[in-house]
Amino acid sequence: MSDTRPDPDQLLDRIKEDELRAARGKLKIFFGASAGVGKTYAMLSAASQQLQQGRDVVIGIVETHGRRETEAMLEGLERLPLKDVPYRDKVLREFDIDGALVRKPALILMDELAHSNVPGSRHPKRWQDVEELLAAGIDVYSTVNVQHLETLNDVVGGITGIRVWETVPDHVFDVADEIVLVDLPPDELLQRLKEGKVYLPHQAERAIENFFRKGNLIALRELALRRTADRVDNQMLQYRRDKSVAAVWQTRDSLLACVGPGEGADRVIRSAARMATRLDVPWHAVYVETPELQRLSESQRLRILKNVKLAQEMGAETATLSGSDAVETVVAYARDHNLSRVIVGRDHERSWRPWYRSVADRVGHWAPDLEVIQVARDESQARKPAADRYEESWLERLKAPWQSFAMSAAICGLATAIAAPLHSVFDLANIAMLFLLAVLLVSVRYGLGPSVMATFLNVAAFDFFYVPPRYSFAVSDVQYLMTFAVMLAVGLVTAQLTTGLKYQARIAGRREQRVRALYEMSRDLSGALMPEQIAEISQRFAETEFGARAVILLADDNDRLAEPVHVPGGSLVVDPGIGQWAYDHGDYAGCGTDTLAGSPILYVPLKAPMRTRGVLALEPKDPRRLMAPEQGRLLDTFARLIAISLERVHYVDVAQSTTVQMESERLRNSLLSAISHDLRTPLAALVGLADSMAMTKPAPTGEQVDIAVSMREEALRMNALVNNLLDMARLQSGAVKLNRQWQPLEEVVGSALKSVRSSLVEHRVSVELPEDLPLLELDAVLIERVFCNLLDNAAKYTPNGSSIAIGAAASGASVEVWVADNGPGLPAGKEEMIFKKFERGQKESATSGVGLGLAICRAIIEAHGGRIRAENRRDGGARFVFTLPRGNPPAVDHAEDEALSGEESR
Amino acid sequence: MTEPVPVIVVIEDEPKIRRFVRMSLEAEGYLVFEADSVQRGLIEAGTRQPDMVVLDLGLPDGDGVDFIRDLRAWAEIPIIVLSARTTEADKVAALDAGADDYLTKPFGAAELLARVRAQLRRRSHAGGTPGTVFEFGKTRIDLGKRVVERDGKPLHLTPIEYRLLSYLIAHPDSVLTHRQLLKNVWGPSHADDSHYVRVYMGHLRRKLEDDPSQPQHIVTEAGVGYRFIV
Repeated sequence: MSDTRPDPDQLLDRIKEDELRAARGKLKIFFGASAGVGKTYAMLSAASQQLQQGRDVVIGIVETHGRRETEAMLEGLERLPLKDVPYRDKVLREFDIDGALVRKPALILMDELAHSNVPGSRHPKRWQDVEELLAAGIDVYSTVNVQHLETLNDVVGGITGIRVWETVPDHVFDVADEIVLVDLPPDELLQRLKEGKVYLPHQAERAIENFFRKGNLIALRELALRRTADRVDNQMLQYRRDKSVAAVWQTRDSLLACVGPGEGADRVIRSAARMATRLDVPWHAVYVETPELQRLSESQRLRILKNVKLAQEMGAETATLSGSDAVETVVAYARDHNLSRVIVGRDHERSWRPWYRSVADRVGHWAPDLEVIQVARDESQARKPAADRYEESWLERLKAPWQSFAMSAAICGLATAIAAPLHSVFDLANIAMLFLLAVLLVSVRYGLGPSVMATFLNVAAFDFFYVPPRYSFAVSDVQYLMTFAVMLAVGLVTAQLTTGLKYQARIAGRREQRVRALYEMSRDLSGALMPEQIAEISQRFAETEFGARAVILLADDNDRLAEPVHVPGGSLVVDPGIGQWAYDHGDYAGCGTDTLAGSPILYVPLKAPMRTRGVLALEPKDPRRLMAPEQGRLLDTFARLIAISLERVHYVDVAQSTTVQMESERLRNSLLSAISHDLRTPLAALVGLADSMAMTKPAPTGEQVDIAVSMREEALRMNALVNNLLDMARLQSGAVKLNRQWQPLEEVVGSALKSVRSSLVEHRVSVELPEDLPLLELDAVLIERVFCNLLDNAAKYTPNGSSIAIGAAASGASVEVWVADNGPGLPAGKEEMIFKKFERGQKESATSGVGLGLAICRAIIEAHGGRIRAENRRDGGARFVFTLPRGNPPAVDHAEDEALSGEESR
Repeated sequence: MTEPVPVIVVIEDEPKIRRFVRMSLEAEGYLVFEADSVQRGLIEAGTRQPDMVVLDLGLPDGDGVDFIRDLRAWAEIPIIVLSARTTEADKVAALDAGADDYLTKPFGAAELLARVRAQLRRRSHAGGTPGTVFEFGKTRIDLGKRVVERDGKPLHLTPIEYRLLSYLIAHPDSVLTHRQLLKNVWGPSHADDSHYVRVYMGHLRRKLEDDPSQPQHIVTEAGVGYRFIV
């Protein structure tokens, strides 16, 4: 039945995961409820065990806090030296990630996973260092306290009253390969605390006392145990999925967390993360940018950015959307991504606006099919921030250039002046209309601030000049108060409306400008034919759109970044190290990112469909401008466009050089084959004719036969020389295409021995190849040639009766093959030289040859991706060793054979 | 009863080589006809009723492989191909098209005559009924009983090994390409798994040869295929 089978997509995911994991190092976390339970001690004892088993264990960083028994554990373990990081006027000691990557131990100990690194380090957080170590294939042991887990952070804070700021995202904890719970009953922990065995950070005594209350410790212990249990549960589920123990129907009730501008957004994110983990479903977090929200204060925007990033770190898929109505946009997003649950923060009660409907209500109204979950509000910090928000934005909105204020004052004056002659003609109510008109004009033209001012000025002028008693602010009739109120209201409402409209128009204008800029840039880029042009275009665009200077660093074929592409007038001193990091990790680095945020330059990897093409280095004048979500998206698009153009330019180059190469290869091949044909044909004829001389009638004399035999021999020698020269020419020009096929080495050795049999008659040859030697992917003809040359050499340079041994052994990723003799050996110090062209062991010796044989061998072996070397054997004689890569030999399926044999035996 | 003199057509554009081949063959007592192009060669082969064709692969007016295909359409006579070094692909193509053996230039008269004799002998064998018992080296195979013995002791071969060996026995002294062996022993679906042939040849050598790394019967022709020598 199909439903008992695992979902193929899931299986594929698991296979991919496993593959990824295989290359990655393993992470083992020692997890505890609080400080002092003995995590570090447990980690160190596990490490010593590993050391005893012969593993390469190194201490990256371990805090013993002066505890003697822990320090005793450190003995015998290698410690990686710490790096000095200058910070302000102090020098702090911090973990040296580059040192660790260079040292590359099998296992490294990294205490306190939640630790924040000293500013100026590569990553702000230690867990990011650990990620990099894992990615480099190094196993890591680390420790974590339950309060440092991101999603539990606020829960623990609520229990203990102490909130820690150093946290580890849950996904780091969840993807750890092993979790070891280090548990200690609260009583024992308190006992240890009394004995002074627990290290206490520099915090107020009282706070610590509060923290280490028995009730707290029990609660923390429960949290730690439960979290570990959850993980074990997950592992069980995973196992069941792997083994298809039972059909587990996974309804993917994905979650969507809505990030708002308010304070409580991080609570929404944390709850959503917790819920998603519990339900084992993916989750999304979105922030909707509405025109209204564009007006937010700087600090609010930063908070939103921080929250979106937090969600990302907690494993959410994040997006910043834009739309005129937040609820509509959220619902559309949820529908598009098939998310059935929407999580929002609870709105404040608005008793003064009874018609107001909360976000949750409106989502419910728009999409009755979605589940809406409201997250509790944190009452302690509810009101205050809301107040500062309005204050800030109001002040902001009242601002206008002084000319506007002056002009609105002038308009008020004019209205007053015009009203003077009309006063005797018209009723006072109609005079008020005139002032109203002035307010309307001002508010339409000059915005909120001036119109507020104009309203008050007009009210004052009307009152002072026209309302009896005239030339006094006193009001005789109460009904004029109504007039004032209406005037004020009209002024404010109009100003509010027009400023809103203007604002939206400005936003729309800015958007349009961005789109146009992108369009223009892509048009320019499509015409670019050289990287220099692309660099110049991108520089121009970065200047206008981001107010930043920009250069492009291109990567070469070995994945190293080259010098910046030179652009006239553009110079930016980039740090190649950070650039390389961004390139290698395919992630942003530098200014405003997680990696080396202290740098003034932002490094953006240029990812194209085929590979990352290089890095774009941007030096923004105002780094915060780049961090706004819409700018971030623009930057993404910008980088992508550049990358695609670079790739296109690259492929144009490739296509051109391929054409040229093909053409020259064709020419070279036809030339070589013409030469070889012209040289060989007469030689072939010569050999044959010398042979046929013996058959002429009348039969030749003995002397004539001798001459014919020598002629034949010389012609054959000549032929061998020509072959060598042509082979060398072919190999050197790269005209040789390897015809590589998987085959046993034994076969090649056999055919080589057959073809040099005649020169080896005086020697004893032994072949010893291990039975389990893997198949090798090689060009049989060329490798046979290597053997022939080596055997020929051995025959030539050793006295008759010497023995020659051929052997092979698999070693690591390659197979080593050797041809050894027990002759006089190689002239000392010439082991490398003999592989050069026209180089011979002994100059001008009686032994024939021009010294191409070994050079050809080297060329052939290197074309196969191997190495060849010569050495003298300790017990006398020379030994030529070459390696061939093992690769992935294809399997030979004997099943068919066995099946047949089964059939036959029936 | 006098044996009819074997007739051999030599197709080679190089007059010096043609002359030497002709002299060698005539000295052995064969009747030789010459051609210097594919065109002439087809005419000679069609009219002289040869017992064998010796063909150079590099002819001025066409491809030797096409000649072989044309000839194979109506004649089963042995074809020996002459070719230069470094053109293994051409040799394989010629053998796949139906040639029986090849000689790499430069070659001596002795080599040429040995190959010609072997091919003619094979042809005369093929005329009679093939014996069910076959012997080479220390090995004895009874094709009727499907029994293989070595040094008088029974030898176990897997079905594929047995099939491979019987195919080799059926084509002694000829060069068999990997493709040919795959097609005839494994079936057409395996045509590209040439490492199968190599691995199984290794098995056979280990069972049948005294020194599998210096085989006497199942000989490798590097880059081309195998030759079974009795």
